[in-house]
Amino acid sequence: MSGKIELVCPAGTLPALKAAVDAGADAVYAGFRDRTNARNFPGLNFSRDELAEGVEYAHARGRKVFLAINTYPPAGEFAPWRAAVDDAARLGADAVILADIGLLDYCTEAHPRLRRHLSVQASAANPAAIGFFHRAFGVRRVVLPRVLSVPEIAALNAAVDVETEVFAFGGMCVMAEGRCALSGYVTGHSPNTDGVCSPASHVRYIERGEELVARLGDFTIDAFGRDRQAGYPTLCKGRFAALGRVSHLFEDPVSLNAMELLPALAAAGVKALKIEGRQRGRAYVQQVTSAFRAAIDAAAGAGPEHAHALAGIAEGGRTTAGAYRKTWR
Amino acid sequence: MAVAVKTPDLTLGPVLFNWPAERWRDFYFRIADEGPYRTVYVGEVVCAKRAPFFAPVLPEVIERLVRAGKEVVLSTPILIGGPREAKEAEAMAAETGPMLEANDIGMAALLAGRPHCIGPTVNVYNERTLSFLARRGAVRCTLPWELPGAAIERLVGAVPGMAIEVVAFGRIPLAISARCYHARAHELAKDSCRYVCAEDADGMAVDTLDGEPFLAVNGTQTLSYRHLNLLAELPALRAMGVDCVRLSPQTFDMVAIGHLFRAVLDGAMEVAEALSRLAKLAPGARFANGFFRGAAGVEALGALAAAE
Repeated sequence: MSGKIELVCPAGTLPALKAAVDAGADAVYAGFRDRTNARNFPGLNFSRDELAEGVEYAHARGRKVFLAINTYPPAGEFAPWRAAVDDAARLGADAVILADIGLLDYCTEAHPRLRRHLSVQASAANPAAIGFFHRAFGVRRVVLPRVLSVPEIAALNAAVDVETEVFAFGGMCVMAEGRCALSGYVTGHSPNTDGVCSPASHVRYIERGEELVARLGDFTIDAFGRDRQAGYPTLCKGRFAALGRVSHLFEDPVSLNAMELLPALAAAGVKALKIEGRQRGRAYVQQVTSAFRAAIDAAAGAGPEHAHALAGIAEGGRTTAGAYRKTWR
Repeated sequence: MAVAVKTPDLTLGPVLFNWPAERWRDFYFRIADEGPYRTVYVGEVVCAKRAPFFAPVLPEVIERLVRAGKEVVLSTPILIGGPREAKEAEAMAAETGPMLEANDIGMAALLAGRPHCIGPTVNVYNERTLSFLARRGAVRCTLPWELPGAAIERLVGAVPGMAIEVVAFGRIPLAISARCYHARAHELAKDSCRYVCAEDADGMAVDTLDGEPFLAVNGTQTLSYRHLNLLAELPALRAMGVDCVRLSPQTFDMVAIGHLFRAVLDGAMEVAEALSRLAKLAPGARFANGFFRGAAGVEALGALAAAE
């Protein structure tokens, strides 16, 4: 694959979309204001009119808008997902990002000319899976699950005829995406069908002596003494006891930053970099987009000064290259 | 005219945990001889590093089960990641022999055009997905654990020729990762893990900071601490027309537990009696049925709450 790597940035609101475009995003991804997408948070996402305005704003500046419709329609409730696909086509979205086989089947049949990307929520991490989505539904791009190292991504790209997009920055799932029922187990609300993980509606902070205890549903996920800044109790980033020892068993409260790996990812044949964070504000979108725009544009790739520029806005203030380095496992 | 309600078949899912090969073999020998299961799934689904240990005893296990009249299905990995795992998956798909269960959509793709099963870690949530997979040769689909009863009811019979299977017992697999939490808890790397997952035959207990039992870690897999228990829902599953009911192996007596589920499915034992017997067969176990009832998966509702 040739040409400059594409920068795909998040937008939870119309101002964030405009900020991303202004800061140099090649494409912006967004979702409708319902459970058809994996960031179904209160006060977030786009009405149909807002998406129309966002598409117009981006297209006027030569940029693209992708619409994420990446949750799984439950049995007997296909209509809202079908409507989302129909409206994405009608409003001129440049691509839809889908995960469900049934919805891909519908989109292929009803809107054959609407470009289809495969969401990370579909968990396609091998050539057989990617080839299947390509042949069956004409999927043009696959967002890779965060389970592969850079050499594995290079091998995968050599084996498939589809563009790949990888996460470069932001909140990071530790579990294979689209295959995690932890949140549903504790709260009854799952990423796959409700578009939420560890939802705020089920979070409580309780003062207990010197500590602030963070609970999700009926379970304590973490506790913060005076020495630690209280964080959000995302289940897989909590502290638990195993083998008589308390630790961040699954993952530390870190976020992904693959900026230093940008040249390696480009050499591995990756077509696009994705920034996580549709739930984050306009300032975050502006700052991260600008930093990655500069890094991509710098002929030699990223310098450490760009990575440093983002340290302040990462989750918990700390970052990791995650699964891109094999030692993470 | 009265509509005949068929009685669901009982099946035994693959052993999820890293048991010593001898124990694993003997477990299946006993299932072959005494287990009330029509179908038995075998094969390593969690970690590719474990599979070589079972490979030498796999043929004799399959042979014993087949001789006992069981249908054998080979279960395949939940997560097919790097090039080596992809190559191994292709080799598995190319073999002739027992039918395969795909637990990753990539495996389902490799099995297209011939009869195969779809496992519970492939995302099947609606009729259209089920129908698409059936057109490609899938004949049976075990639904994901998080589906509520209302969704199961809609999917049963929705696609002609596609049998529906529902998991009714055992710790609930909640997540799979590239990272090994067993190795991490032991401060080891995945590549030099010393197979520490073998130390926990039902998974490694994970407690909250309050000391409350919460989850169980099985290498790269994270399960619920509580055991799924749909004994009280069996009459409902039967009335829906569910084709198969699956139990997931734990270190409890899976022959005796299988007989309990079989008896309730056959209407030969009251649910209350079965619940009380299960409590004795699974000492100390806590149960959950929340997902089936459209609630948080951890919850124990209805007859299960009354039994606690």
